[in-house]
Amino acid sequence: MITDFVQNCIDGIMVGSGYSLLALGFTLVFGVLKRLNLSYGPSIMLGAYVGTWSFLNIADNIWLVLLTTICATVVIGIYVEQLCFRAVSKETTIASMVSSFAIWMQLEEIALHLLPERTYPFPAFFDSGLLEFGPFTARSEYLFMFVVMLLLLLILHAFIYRTRIGLAIRAYSDHPSASAYMGIDGSSVLFLAFIIVSIIGGIAGFLILSADSQITPFFGLWATFKGLIAMMLGGIGSLSGAVLGGLILGVIEANAFWYGDPVIRDISSFMLLFTMLIIRPGGIFGHKIEIHQKIASERV
Amino acid sequence: MLEIKSLSKHFGGVKALDMLNLSIHEGEIFGIIGPNGSGKSTLVNVVCGVFPPTKGDVVFSGKTVIGCPAHERLSSGIARTFQNIRLFPGLTVWQNLWVARNSIEDIKSESRVSRWLGKNSKVKKEIDEILEFSSLAERADELASSLAFGEQRRLELARATATKPRLLLLDEPAAGMNQDEIRDLDSRIRQLQKKGTTIILVEHVMELVMGVTDRIAVLNFGSKIAEGTPDDIQKNEAVQEAYLGYTEED
Repeated sequence: MITDFVQNCIDGIMVGSGYSLLALGFTLVFGVLKRLNLSYGPSIMLGAYVGTWSFLNIADNIWLVLLTTICATVVIGIYVEQLCFRAVSKETTIASMVSSFAIWMQLEEIALHLLPERTYPFPAFFDSGLLEFGPFTARSEYLFMFVVMLLLLLILHAFIYRTRIGLAIRAYSDHPSASAYMGIDGSSVLFLAFIIVSIIGGIAGFLILSADSQITPFFGLWATFKGLIAMMLGGIGSLSGAVLGGLILGVIEANAFWYGDPVIRDISSFMLLFTMLIIRPGGIFGHKIEIHQKIASERV
Repeated sequence: MLEIKSLSKHFGGVKALDMLNLSIHEGEIFGIIGPNGSGKSTLVNVVCGVFPPTKGDVVFSGKTVIGCPAHERLSSGIARTFQNIRLFPGLTVWQNLWVARNSIEDIKSESRVSRWLGKNSKVKKEIDEILEFSSLAERADELASSLAFGEQRRLELARATATKPRLLLLDEPAAGMNQDEIRDLDSRIRQLQKKGTTIILVEHVMELVMGVTDRIAVLNFGSKIAEGTPDDIQKNEAVQEAYLGYTEED
């Protein structure tokens, strides 16, 4: 009984580390821009499609797939940034959100034309194996994803909180107009943020899909949903919040799946989101951010 | 040092600045006063690159700054403070100053790693000196948002000075301050002048302006109606009219 529960939690954390990776990207874009980028999931999906295209048409090499997935996601990220966040005026939050939705549709179209049969194999990073820890088990590729996710969190955290460029990003995020008078070029900050976020997205897409060993155009929708819910759970704009939110989402889903059925799994994640939005709209780590936003808006 | 040449800024039909000419000399404290809506803040905004002028030119150290984006004007030596405080609320006091200190060119000579991590001892020493100068040393590690109003004003001035400006524009720095704080600000402005900074002070608080400035220009409806020493300005009839609302018929 308790063994089942613990095993569910382990499974949840393994799958949830994929959600955490996606949420890291969402939270960074939201933290810097204060705007939602709905097309983040589809950008990763198209990037991974390019990866799988190179796998089918160029060479059967896993490193090539990793490289093309990351590069394509970065190129698409720059495209999204230019079209949806630079071209659309800063004051019109709604317009940029709608335009990110329009780009989402466009990216899905492109994916369908690139590889018309919809479902394609995605190469596995290494042979799937079941690791046993006493009575508990974990799949090796998920364990690897979990470790990579923790490493990325540490690297990002150090980058944002310990380096000079991270400081510029935080200053821009805190007060864009004041940062301009401190010599910070806002458009460079945005560009850099999108590149970082796209690299994380490329890695996330690669790891999740190689664990699933297949890719469909629905991956875009799935990634946006899971990433957004995880970010909202953990706390908007917080890196560790995003990771925690992803893991909680994974654990809840795994238990709902075990004690209920597959239908309950997805319903449970949405119910969890609603409950969180009502009880603590800023997410678990979000209260500080709310205070900052309040202070910032009072000063305008 | 700063030449404002036939500067005009129109917002639709409103002439916020109308053919304004000003000349600010190196090392002086130059006051700009005028009733509400006389174009003082517009002038600061044009000089700092918030928006371009409709006509005219702003020349700083012999070079025009028109067309140069706001974030590049800082490296040419122009810094400002804001009438409504604009700190980085989520950064600590120390980090607010670090952002400012990072913006200037001479840190390129530092080693790459220490520049990235902000561990350079020279930078640390400079920031500590500024903290000391602004009486904020004890609050260095607190978030800017947790400071009291007077401390936030001090930090805003400190942040601007951390960029080592040659020209510092202060946009109503005494707004909302009590007598003690105004006296304190007065002495800080004088100390900055001694260090060689040229200062433009836009202010409503006459006690501060009349006491600290070398010369004053009075704006009304976007034009200069008087210029001179504080004594000249206090005796000037046109200024009294603009401020007290006397009309020609009286």
